[in-house]
Amino acid sequence: MDKTNISKQEETDDEDVSGNKLVKGIESIFVEITLLTRFTLQFFRNLFTPPYELNELLKQCYIVGYKSLPLVGVTGFIMGLVLTIQSRPTLETFGAESWLPAMVAVSIIREIGPVITALICAGKVGSGIGAELASMRVTEQIDAMEVSGINPFKYIVVTRIVATTFMLPVLVIFSDVIGLTGSFLAVNIQGDVSFSLFFSQIFAKLDFMDVIPPLIKTFFFGFAIGLIGCFKGYNSDKGTEGVGASANSAVVISSLLIFIIDMMAVQITSLFS
Amino acid sequence: MTSNETIIQTPLDTNAHAKPISVAIEIQGLCKKFGRKTILNGFNLTLALGENLVVLGKSGSGKSVLIKCIVRLVDSNEGTLSVLGENISELNNTKLNELRKKVGFLFQSAALYDSMTVRENLEFPLRNTHTLNEEELDAVVSEALKNVGLLDAIDKMPSELSGGMRKRVGLARTLILKPEIMLYDEPTTGLDPITSKEISKLILSVREKYNTSSIIITHDISCAKIIADRIIVLKDGMCFAEGTFDELQQSQDPEIRSYLEL
Ligand SMILES: Nc1ncnc2c1ncn2[C@@H]1O[C@H](COP(=O)(O)OP(=O)(O)OP(=O)(O)O)[C@@H](O)[C@H]1O
Ligand SMILES: [Mg+2]
Repeated sequence: MDKTNISKQEETDDEDVSGNKLVKGIESIFVEITLLTRFTLQFFRNLFTPPYELNELLKQCYIVGYKSLPLVGVTGFIMGLVLTIQSRPTLETFGAESWLPAMVAVSIIREIGPVITALICAGKVGSGIGAELASMRVTEQIDAMEVSGINPFKYIVVTRIVATTFMLPVLVIFSDVIGLTGSFLAVNIQGDVSFSLFFSQIFAKLDFMDVIPPLIKTFFFGFAIGLIGCFKGYNSDKGTEGVGASANSAVVISSLLIFIIDMMAVQITSLFS
Repeated sequence: MTSNETIIQTPLDTNAHAKPISVAIEIQGLCKKFGRKTILNGFNLTLALGENLVVLGKSGSGKSVLIKCIVRLVDSNEGTLSVLGENISELNNTKLNELRKKVGFLFQSAALYDSMTVRENLEFPLRNTHTLNEEELDAVVSEALKNVGLLDAIDKMPSELSGGMRKRVGLARTLILKPEIMLYDEPTTGLDPITSKEISKLILSVREKYNTSSIIITHDISCAKIIADRIIVLKDGMCFAEGTFDELQQSQDPEIRSYLEL
């Protein structure tokens, strides 16, 4: 008798706990969104007020941009190569082989180049920023900047977000070019197309709407990567364990955001075309 | 003053006070809670100009939190906190940053910027004072490192330094702005007795040279004995005992004496 009572009690407790957990979970999402919004506003407020940390900005551009070139280049090359090899049989069945360069170029430039590059940068750059800032927070380096009268937000956060925002488009263009080169090689595995013919076929089919809107969205991708990395790292507060957690959630959330931005960008572009 | 010292003047030296100030820090009824946990509970303190005040207390008693409240790294829940005559909870960001440049803070963990060399670490606090040219900057940095006996580590990265060396670089970095108030969080922890004694002497000489007022948190009783004008013991968020080293050592209360046992 007693026993059943107790187990019932426990059951309701369990339900209570899971109910609470759900509420807490939803609550924490809203808290997170609020904090992120405030963080973003703080970024824009700090962006336009002097002093400007130009040296640090250049250093971050070097780290984000230059140091990512090999990785982005290799993936871009493989992307172009594989896409071309995979598409060829399908186009062959329609006898539309000559469309191959243009089709690959459009898919790389409009969609695959920006998204793959952004995802790779989310993994490489975003996690790096998240971990670096979190460990600076844990070891009190951010506090140390603050007490020496230097605005750590401006020095650490603003420079990194600006760097990712402007470096990602550069990386995407680089990746697109390498990707098309890969595609050229793949075309030449089974056929014989000259370099100039290949590119003239591409440029004949590409127009303004294929190039500019995807480029614009890459700025947003870069912004999202920098923002989330910094947000997660800067606000980390769980000691050493928090460093890993910050890096991890920076990658997860920014990758998700990249797809969301991509979806919105496609919707907006299709409104105009 | 030697000619050497005039070179290393920072603009802060010329910041004359508008009104004369009699105390460096005045804290009244300071309360700080983390969640439901009360760390400081109506804490009062006055730090006179040029005074060396040592804060003792058990690990976790809130000593670090106390000095973080003084520079507003941690916001207090209640109480007034005035630093160099300014109520710090009322300052806007610009004014707070101005004030913070006059208050040096040595972190318990040294908090060196590990992406920068020792030299860059020391130059960092000076970056917004545009009055120094390259040579002067070099002179200031080497002088500060010489003071802590680490001139040969100038081009090393923090990761190449030992714990004690990091602490000393941290100290040099804090002293480089010639602050009017110094807050030391365990300056000698992790150092050998000889270096520890040197650091204690350095703290004394800093006071002598620049008339700095200091709060020193320490567990190192021999260090406390050398530098303290006055000692307070922090317990349960309040000032549990106060007096000079000798007064506390001769106290009737065995608990107070136990804090000073070597
Ligand atoms: N950011 C924080 N969030 C929550 N609790 C904190 C935070 N900072 C400090 N505390 C708590 O405040 C208490 C006092 O911490 P503090 O670091 O001031 O101790 P301490 O006296 O400096 O100890 P030690 O001598 O070991 O350095 C500790 O119990 C700690 O758990
Ligand atoms: Mg402490």
